Order: sequence, then C-alpha cells, then structure tokens
Amino acid sequence: MNIVTVVLICTGIFFLLTGAVGIVRFTDTYSRMHAAGKCDTLGLLLVLIGLACYQGIGTTGLKIFLIAAFVFLTSPTATHVIARAALKHHFTVFPKEGP
Amino acid sequence: MHTFFLTAALLILGTILLCLYRVLWGPSIIDRIVAANIIGTKTIVIILFTGHIFNRVEFFIDIAIVYALINFIGTLGFAKYFEQKDHTKPEASK
Repeated sequence: MNIVTVVLICTGIFFLLTGAVGIVRFTDTYSRMHAAGKCDTLGLLLVLIGLACYQGIGTTGLKIFLIAAFVFLTSPTATHVIARAALKHHFTVFPKEGP
Repeated sequence: MHTFFLTAALLILGTILLCLYRVLWGPSIIDRIVAANIIGTKTIVIILFTGHIFNRVEFFIDIAIVYALINFIGTLGFAKYFEQKDHTKPEASK
C-alpha cells in the first residue's frame, strides 16, 4: 500500500508543479485558467487518493474521499464563473503582440 | 514515511511560491483570482500533510474540509463581484 501511496502522491505533485509553471509562463488569461483547472482537479485528486490509500478503509479515508469529491465538483464551477467574468469584460486572447 | 510527507509538503510549498508571483504581479484581477484559488487548493493538501506528519489526521481533516468550503465560496464571491463591477481591465498593459 505504501508503494501505491508514493506513486500517486508523486504523480499528483508533478501535476501541481505543471499547473504552477503554466500559470507563471502562459501569456494569456484563458490559457492560465486552463492550466489552473488541470492543476486543481487532477493534481489534488491524485494526492488525496494517495493519502486515502495510506489511511485505509475507515472514517478518515472516507473523509478524504469526501474532500476529493467536493473539490472535483466545485473547482470546475469556480473556473467557469471566473471565465464568464473574464468573457463579459472582453478579455482578448493574446494581450501581447502576436501569439 | 514521515520524511516523504515532509518532502512532499515542501515541494507543494515551492509551487505555492510560483503561484504567488502571479498573485502579486498579475496583469489583471482575473489572473489574481485564479492564482489565489490555486493557492487555496494547495493549502488543503498541505493541511492534510501536516496532519500526517504530526499523527493527528482525524483532527486536521475537519480543518481541511472547512478550508475547501471557504475557498470555493470566496472564489465565487470574488468572481461574481468583479463580474458586475468593471475592475477587470489589465492595469499595466493597454
């Protein structure tokens, strides 16, 4: 079970790091939002499932799954609301000159 | 296993510092909101790792649940507010 935990947490940290690099490096608000969504759902879900595997079946593991399910539902909703706010104020796709 | 959890928490702290750059120097308010949302999400993971390091998971996990709720409501409130008000233009460029 420890091997599964280590592999899942390392994969999740890789996705979190990728999302952070995408947020810093991309030139465009919508691209940054795209990277942020991947980092939010996939990275957090993998890390939390790894921790739940480490805990085993019980109240604590069930609560960790509850957090994972909640974030899996709410994070795309938050990203959608932010994207609608950006679209309403006519954000351009590439603010700097040229793609 | 404690060393692994500590290393993972420190790595996630490094990615939080990367996101903090976008919060501080983001061109528009939308970038700041997105980056703050990501920082809140990563803080949930750090709280859970802290519980594993101190062997008090059942104590820290309730804090993590409340933090997830507050993060979602805060992001939603900021986004709805700046959708109505016109503060979303980039400050430095154009």
